[in-house]
Amino acid sequence: MTTKNPFMLIATALCTIFFCVLVGILFFTFKDEPRNSRFNAAFSLVNDQGEKVDETIFKGNPSLVYFGYTHCPEVCPTTLFEVAGYLKALGEDGASIKSYLFTVDPERDTPEIMKSYVTAFSDRITGVTGTAEEMRRVVYGWKAFAEKVPNKSGGYSMSHTMDLFLIGADGRLKGLIPYGADPDEAVRKIRSTLL
Amino acid sequence: MFNKKIVAYALLGSVLAFGSTQAHEFKLGQLEIGHPYSRAMLPMAKVGGGYLKITNSGPADRLIGITSERATTVEIHEMKMNGAVMEMRELDGGLAIPANSTVELKPGSYHLMFMNVTQPFKQDEMIKATLVFEKAGSVDVEFSVGPVAGDKGHAAHSEHGK
Repeated sequence: MTTKNPFMLIATALCTIFFCVLVGILFFTFKDEPRNSRFNAAFSLVNDQGEKVDETIFKGNPSLVYFGYTHCPEVCPTTLFEVAGYLKALGEDGASIKSYLFTVDPERDTPEIMKSYVTAFSDRITGVTGTAEEMRRVVYGWKAFAEKVPNKSGGYSMSHTMDLFLIGADGRLKGLIPYGADPDEAVRKIRSTLL
Repeated sequence: MFNKKIVAYALLGSVLAFGSTQAHEFKLGQLEIGHPYSRAMLPMAKVGGGYLKITNSGPADRLIGITSERATTVEIHEMKMNGAVMEMRELDGGLAIPANSTVELKPGSYHLMFMNVTQPFKQDEMIKATLVFEKAGSVDVEFSVGPVAGDKGHAAHSEHGK
């Protein structure tokens, strides 16, 4: 079958281009979507009451998980304020949701510091801290990022993921809310993915 | 008589209402420091951010240091959003203020960090600090403390001077 019809050639070319674009779009969409990943790590940390917590806290109820730290002047307080706002907006509907601030700076963030910090936003947010090693397991477990950046004065800051992690009652990642998201949009997303 | 009283109360009222968040400025040679402000700190928080605008109508200079009695050190940081990751770093050697330019220290960008603050900043407080420039020398300024970051209920105030 030779190319008797010149239109056939053009049609084939168009089909190929269309196919490539489609694959490209799919690829980008998937790259942006959270991998519906399950949390496989085991860890042992303490909550802001000093009680032990482990990987089972991600199961049995939906949760909002944020990685931040108290030596963070802008992004962390803003996000936690928003989380408190989402919980308020969801009201009774969101009663099953638990919210956690996992500190990326467990060295400085003791349970007492975490307790008074998170309760300034909402009594529904629980602080989690512990050893740096155990905290790394949680951060890597959710494919988040946290890194210590030393200052010349001997102190340090933390670079960290700003997304809020939406985790289903089945312990799987259901979505992410980026920093600066529209609050109504965020509440809709929590409703549709977690409730 | 009665009118005078009204005017007096109105004046007093507006001073009380706007006094603390009013845009304020400091001058040092050809440098203008516009509305230094900070945010109320959360319980147990040890660091506070500092924001201001530097307008330079003279030759290039450099902000090389800040001191304040309220913090053991004050650092100049740069915050960057790299995708979903917030990156923080201290600026080595200070912040360049090019000739005839405006450099803004604001949330999400360059900012000052008051480290190891023992007495947390409270809303409506003024925080005294001294800015040191490489060429122009030093200038005393005051940071007006606005609401806590993210407090949308009061966000309008923190927009002052931006």
